[in-house]
Amino acid sequence: MALLQIAEPGASAAPHEHRLAVGIDLGTTNSLVATVRSGMSVVLNDVQGRPLLPSVVAYAADGSVEVGYGAEARQSVDPKNTIVSVKRFMGRGRHDIAHIETLPYDFVDTNGMVKLKTIAGIKSPVEISAEILKTMRNRAEASLGGELTGAVITVPAYFDDAQRQATKDAARLAGINVLRLLNEPTAAAIAYGLDNSAEGIYAVFDLGGGTFDISILRLSKGVFEVMATGGDSALGGDDFDHRVFCWIIEQAKTAPLSLQDARLLQTRAREAKEQLSQHGQVPITVKLGSGEYVDLTLTTEMFKDISRTLVQKTIAPTKKALRDAGLTVADVRGVVMVGGSTRMPQIQHAVAELFKQEPLNNLDPEKVVALGAATQANLLAGNRAAGDDWLLLDVIPLSLGLETMGGLVEKVIPRNSTIPIARAQEFTTFKDGQTAMSIQVVQGERELVSDCRSLARFELRGIPPMVAGAARIRVTFQVDADGLLSVTAREQTTGHEARIEVKPSYGLSDDEIAGMLRDSFSHAGDDAFRRALREAQVEAQRLIEATQSALQDDADLLSTLERAHIDEAMTRLQHAMGGEDRRLIDQAMHTLSAATNEFAARRMNQSVQRALAGRNVNQLSL
Amino acid sequence: MSACTTPVTDPAVMPDTPPASWLGSDSASPVTLSARAADHIAKYIAKRGKGIGIRLGVRTSGCSGMAYKLEFADAPNAEDIEFLSHGVKVLVDPKSLPYLAGTELDYAREGLNEGFKFNNPNVKDACGCGESFTT
Repeated sequence: MALLQIAEPGASAAPHEHRLAVGIDLGTTNSLVATVRSGMSVVLNDVQGRPLLPSVVAYAADGSVEVGYGAEARQSVDPKNTIVSVKRFMGRGRHDIAHIETLPYDFVDTNGMVKLKTIAGIKSPVEISAEILKTMRNRAEASLGGELTGAVITVPAYFDDAQRQATKDAARLAGINVLRLLNEPTAAAIAYGLDNSAEGIYAVFDLGGGTFDISILRLSKGVFEVMATGGDSALGGDDFDHRVFCWIIEQAKTAPLSLQDARLLQTRAREAKEQLSQHGQVPITVKLGSGEYVDLTLTTEMFKDISRTLVQKTIAPTKKALRDAGLTVADVRGVVMVGGSTRMPQIQHAVAELFKQEPLNNLDPEKVVALGAATQANLLAGNRAAGDDWLLLDVIPLSLGLETMGGLVEKVIPRNSTIPIARAQEFTTFKDGQTAMSIQVVQGERELVSDCRSLARFELRGIPPMVAGAARIRVTFQVDADGLLSVTAREQTTGHEARIEVKPSYGLSDDEIAGMLRDSFSHAGDDAFRRALREAQVEAQRLIEATQSALQDDADLLSTLERAHIDEAMTRLQHAMGGEDRRLIDQAMHTLSAATNEFAARRMNQSVQRALAGRNVNQLSL
Repeated sequence: MSACTTPVTDPAVMPDTPPASWLGSDSASPVTLSARAADHIAKYIAKRGKGIGIRLGVRTSGCSGMAYKLEFADAPNAEDIEFLSHGVKVLVDPKSLPYLAGTELDYAREGLNEGFKFNNPNVKDACGCGESFTT
C-alpha cells in the first residue's frame, strides 16, 4: 500500500497522476519551458541540454516545419521562409510593426493581423507561434513523462487584448490548456520573491528580444502587487541588433544587399552585440555573397553611442511608471533585471544610474520569467505544497463591464486595475413600470457586447414600478485576489438584491461547481442505499428464477410439506423484494436457500444416479 | 494490476459498486486515527500554521476504481460528518463515508519512505501499489 502525504485542501493528486504543469516564456528571440520538480522551479532542457529554444520557425516546400536551432541555421539560406521574432506580429496590423521594410518576409494584406506568405502557404503569426509552443509542449511532455495538465504562458504586461488573445489562440492550436496568461514581470517577481523572500518595492526591468516592460511591484509578506506598468511593445534586443546592422552597412559602405547577405549581417550584428557584454571590442569580418568583404571593429563605446537613443527609450517609460505608482527612485529597494538584453553593459549602467543602485542579477535574466511562470502553473494546476499559500495580486487583463441598451458595453472595472478591487455604478430602468432587469456581465475592450465575451447573465427582480429612468440600481463589480468576480445588483429604494459569481478564466464558477457538489452530497445516502437495494433485488430475482426452474424439473423429489415450505419462502422473498428493506430481502433469501438446501442435494444425487445408471465402474473415467 | 492509467473522473460521480459492508446510514462505523497518525497530523497542522483538522475522502479514479483523498481541512463544510480521534478532528463528506466507515488511518514507515496508510475494512481489492481500490 502506497504511503500518502497530506495535500492542501482540494489538492489531492490522483493515483499515479501528478498534475503536470509548466510555465512557458514565449519570447521574441528565445522561448523556454520550466516546471516545478520536488518543490523547485527548473528550466527543462532539450535533448542536447540546451535550455533555450530560438523562437524561429522555418517552413519548407514540402510543408514540413522546423523550429529552434535548426530553423535558425536556415535563416541565411532561406530568410523568406524562416520566421524570426514572430511575437512582434502577434495581434498586430502591418502599420504596427517597426522596420517592416527591412524584414525579408512577404506580408499579406489582411484586415487585422498581418499574415506571412511562405513556401508552405500563408501563415498567420498565431500559427507560427503555435509551432514554437508545440515544440515546447513536446519537450515538456518528454521530460515529465506524461500529458500536460496545463501551462502558464507569459506575455509582456504591455500586450493589449488582441495580442493576448492571439497568444491564447496559438496555445490552443498547439494543444495546450492555458491555465493563465501571466505578465512577464510578475512571473519574474514570483521567481525572485520566492527564491529570495525579499520584501519591499521593486522595479522589474525587462528588456527582451522584442519587447520592453517596466513594472513597479510591491512585495510584502510574500504577496505581489503590481503598482504600475509601462513599456514599449516594439523595443528590444532586436533593435540593438538593427543599430549594429545599420552601423555595419554604413561603415562598410556595402552595395545594396541581397536577402541572404542582409540576413548574414543581421546574425553577425547580433553576435557582435552579445560578445560586447563580455569584451571591450569585437571584430566583425564577413564575406558577403557579392564578394565584398566587411572588416570592422566595434567597441563598447561605439556600441553605446549608436544605441544611446534606444537606451533612452527604456529610461523614459521607467520614470513614467514610477510617477504612475506615486513613487520616486528612492522608494525602490531593488531592480530586477529580466531578459538577455539586460546583460548589455550600457543597460546595466543606465539602470544603475537611474535607480542609484546596482540592479539585481542573481538569477539568470533569461530564465527568471519561465521559472516564475512554472511556480504559478504548479499552483494553478493544484500542486500546492504546504506553506505555499501566498496570493498573487495581479492586474485584470481585460475590462469588465455590463450590457446596456442597444447592446453596448458599459465598463465598470477597466483593464489593468490591480486586484482585489470593487467598483460600483448606478443604472436605471428604460421602460415605464419596468420591474425586472437583466444584467449581462461581459469582458473585453470592445464597445459592442457582441464583440466581447459574455461571462454571465442574471436578473434583478422586484424593482417597484416607476417611470423609466426613476429607479436607481447600483451594480457592484468585485474581483477578489483569486480573480473571482462577483456582481451584485441592488435596487436602492427597496433593497432588492441579486448577485452572481463568475470566474473569468474558467467555464464554471465555483458556485456552480459547489452547487453541483452539494446536490450530490444531499443525495449521497439515498444513492448508496438505492444501489445496495437494487443489487439485493437482482440477486433475489435470480434465486427465485433458479428455484422455479428446479421445481419445474424435479418437483417429484419433494414431499408436499417440503414443497409448501419452499413455496412459502419464495412468496416471502417475492414480497420482500417489492419493499425497500434490504435486510428483509437478505433474510428472505437466506430462508429460501435454507429451504432448498435439501432439495438441491437430492437433485444432485439424482443427476449423479442418472449419469451412472446402467454403467459399470470400468466405463467411467473418474 | 500494473498499468494504472484510468483518468480521473468527476469526484461527484461515484462507482456503481456499493460497499459490501454498508447496509444503511445507521450502521456506519466511525473513522478513526491511530495514535501515531494523530500525532503526526497534529504536528503537521501546527507547522502549517492553520487548519482545523484533517479531511478524508474517496473519489473515483485510478486503476481499481477509487482513490483516497487526504487533505488538511481549513473549514468544515455544512454536510461534513465529524469524528474526533486522539484529539484530532476528522472530517468526512457524506458521499465518501459509506466507503470509509470503520477505516483507521495509520502512519507507517517503509524504508526511507513514510506516510499515511488507510486500513479500510471496505476494501475488497486494491491495485498493486494500493493507491486505488474497490469496495
